[in-house]
Amino acid sequence: MNQLLEISFSSLASSIHSWLSSAIANATILNVVEMAIAGVCLLVFLVPLCFVLGYMERKVAAFMQLRLGPNRVGPKGTLQIVADTVKLIFKEGLTPNASDKFLFNLAPIIVVVVSMLVMAPIAFAKNFQLWDLNIGVLYVTSISSIAVIGILMAGWSSYNKYSLLGAMRSGAQIVSYELSVGLSIISIVIMTGSLKISDIVMSQADGWWIFKGHLPIFISFVIFVIASTAEINRAPFDLSEAEQELTGGFHTEYSGMKFAMFLLAEYINLFVVSAMAATLFLGGWMPFHIGHWEAFNHIMDFIPSSLWFLGKTFAIIFIIMQFRWTFPRLRVDQLLNLEWKYLLPISMVNIILVTIMAIMGWYL
Amino acid sequence: MFLKDYFGTIFKSIKSLLTGMRKTGYYFTHPKEILTEEYPDNRATLKMFDRFKGEVTMPHNENNEHRCTGCQACEIACPNGTIKIITKQEIKEDGKKKKAIEAFVYHLELCTLCNNCITSCPSDAIVMAQTYEHSVYDKTQLKKILNKPGSKIMEGVE
Amino acid sequence: MSLLGENFMTEEGEFVINMGPQHPSTHGVLHLKVWLDGETIKKVQPHLGYIHRSIEKMSERLSYRNFIYATSRMDYLSAHINNQACALAVEKGLQVEVPARAQAIRVLLAELTRLQSHQLWWGCTGLDLGAVTPFFYAFREREAIMEIFEETCGARLTQNFCVPGGVMYDVNPNFQKRVKDVMQQIKSKYREYEEILTGNVIFENRTKGVGYLSKEDAISFGVTGPTARASGISCDIRKWFPYDGYEKLDFEEVVMEGGDCYTRYMARIEEMKQSVHIIEQMIDNLPEGDIQGKTKNVIKLPKGEFYQKVETARGELGVYIVSDGAASPYRIKYRSPNFSNLSALETMSVGTKIGDLVAIMATIDLVIPDIDR
Repeated sequence: MNQLLEISFSSLASSIHSWLSSAIANATILNVVEMAIAGVCLLVFLVPLCFVLGYMERKVAAFMQLRLGPNRVGPKGTLQIVADTVKLIFKEGLTPNASDKFLFNLAPIIVVVVSMLVMAPIAFAKNFQLWDLNIGVLYVTSISSIAVIGILMAGWSSYNKYSLLGAMRSGAQIVSYELSVGLSIISIVIMTGSLKISDIVMSQADGWWIFKGHLPIFISFVIFVIASTAEINRAPFDLSEAEQELTGGFHTEYSGMKFAMFLLAEYINLFVVSAMAATLFLGGWMPFHIGHWEAFNHIMDFIPSSLWFLGKTFAIIFIIMQFRWTFPRLRVDQLLNLEWKYLLPISMVNIILVTIMAIMGWYL
Repeated sequence: MFLKDYFGTIFKSIKSLLTGMRKTGYYFTHPKEILTEEYPDNRATLKMFDRFKGEVTMPHNENNEHRCTGCQACEIACPNGTIKIITKQEIKEDGKKKKAIEAFVYHLELCTLCNNCITSCPSDAIVMAQTYEHSVYDKTQLKKILNKPGSKIMEGVE
Repeated sequence: MSLLGENFMTEEGEFVINMGPQHPSTHGVLHLKVWLDGETIKKVQPHLGYIHRSIEKMSERLSYRNFIYATSRMDYLSAHINNQACALAVEKGLQVEVPARAQAIRVLLAELTRLQSHQLWWGCTGLDLGAVTPFFYAFREREAIMEIFEETCGARLTQNFCVPGGVMYDVNPNFQKRVKDVMQQIKSKYREYEEILTGNVIFENRTKGVGYLSKEDAISFGVTGPTARASGISCDIRKWFPYDGYEKLDFEEVVMEGGDCYTRYMARIEEMKQSVHIIEQMIDNLPEGDIQGKTKNVIKLPKGEFYQKVETARGELGVYIVSDGAASPYRIKYRSPNFSNLSALETMSVGTKIGDLVAIMATIDLVIPDIDR
């Protein structure tokens, strides 16, 4: 039963590949067909994911605000987000007259593509990973910082002062918070000794890093969650779109499907960040084990690994959503103060502690 | 000393943030606190208070009689010209002429529901109804004639 | 000149943005022209007149009974207090005695109005600073107060319950019980407000030391209400020029030193507590008697000038009636609190960031229709 649920991704891919290559002789066409299949699979996974996250965000917000949330379209309002998407598709995508039309249309595509690229090395379940490259963590951090280019592009090309202000804020914010994200990831890399995501997950077979890493790793977990909330521009760090100040920030001028793409990117980023936090600190798809409780561990093993992964990811997504619906927004100088005066010094000291811990072997 | 302040600030900040999150978490886990009224669905049970000012109406009894004498006190009391009373002369059995209303025209679209007409009416001919769904597609539908067709004044109301 | 075109910046390299008339944080159709240097504000210029309805001119052709209702539309959050001011001005001209019960009902409703207005302000302050959730918690208590209004006055926002000489009706039989329940509810929720907003470190950082208004500036701009009292000016009309029996009540004028956004915020929170205190001492001691003094059907004020000021939720509202002896006023002038409070906005916000401008506007508690009238 367990074996059935955990189909290895690579075996699946190789069987599809061999089947296709027997059917199609031409290598170029084969490549194109395979890419098309991969693209469709990605969309089939990502679009429902965004629907789930959108529905979850609305429901979480509603319950915290003494409301019911969407409950009209479909059972319990689950199809509300589908209806919204249909509405956005049919809406006119306005382009401002004085805008730089090429960049204006390119920006949402860049933002979405970047957030989709980051999905590649994430381990969704046991043996289920799209691309297990040997510098997985480095790949995630470097690719995700390209998103700022899309945002800057959107703000600049809109020919709107609010958009420009939002984009500039976003630039300063993402560049600063990259550092803390990077440093807290490095603390895990030091402990594991590998940048490969499958190695990082495997190193947590006997206990998740957040438990066996003691206080320093817990601190880097907290810093990672805070800094990545800032990196994906979610409240309380949503200064680049700050509705009450900038009316919408970098996406003020976007409407229709182009706006929906920013929304899509935001939710994918939210998922990616939470998935990274789950992978690095909470053991990815590793089940929860306690020391020598064989019976307990066996029951835990029985839960499919994909459920473990999604459960951890959604727990972190919930926390990030709760941030959004609880806190006021920071001011732009306070945002940079938080990074440069608090998060960065603490994570630098923390790195030293982690290094000492790793050298002395004080974990476990 | 500096370090003490520095970490003191951090701990205080984290504590205040967690307090806020506990509150929202409390409401998230207690759906009984939800206050939403699902309005179009609860039409049957939704009851307005007796004094609720919905629109001006003129009550008629079972003989299709109202209490309006046509004195136009409400028309004068109205600040917006919401009420227009068109009167006619009726000849009673004994040959005397008497003023009566032809039509009591009420423009709901102009009304601010200030209640001045009700308090100024000497014969209690008009009252506020507790209706609350006034939306129509055309504003001419909001012009209402309050006296029913064929109605006449009640006996004994002067 | 910038790459983005000629009209993007001024000669000095300043960035001019128009906040409003449709902007999420101006709470209405206020238009602020803001000169920016980066994120720092160099100059703020309010542009008014988008919601001017000439209520003063309108009042000149309405009778003394009728013009009261129009003032509900000025500061719609203090609708009852506006009505009360007009009724008091007319009573001053008529020299009519208002029965004690009518006075008590007026004051009770006025304090409830102040409470609901401050509740709304509390929610909107959170909203302006980016915290959406407090808005809903504030509305939960406000809704309970609105139900009191609905039950007794028949309307939730524009009650129109004051008439020259008293109040329109006696209170509803459920009034006392309902008010007591709501006061219990509100008192039990103060702690929650503290947890979710007042004590929050982000909120403190956003408001403390931001938007400083000195005592001198506040006086010279004619700032009144909680905004002025947070700058250390004692200016509560209820204490200095009592009306409708405020002199018999036990309450404290909230005067705080500081003058920044956080002090203004705390001043309003304290005022809410004082309002609850006033309501609680009155609700069980409603005097018996009439609810309206003797007035003629068509009111004619004697020739002369009559001025009455009251304390609304935002400051001092003055009603100035010039009468030539006819059935409608010759001239009416309202001294609205928001107009004066808005004039101090530039002094408070120069040198701060855009985010601070939003916080400052939130803590002045502007109601735009009252500025334009």
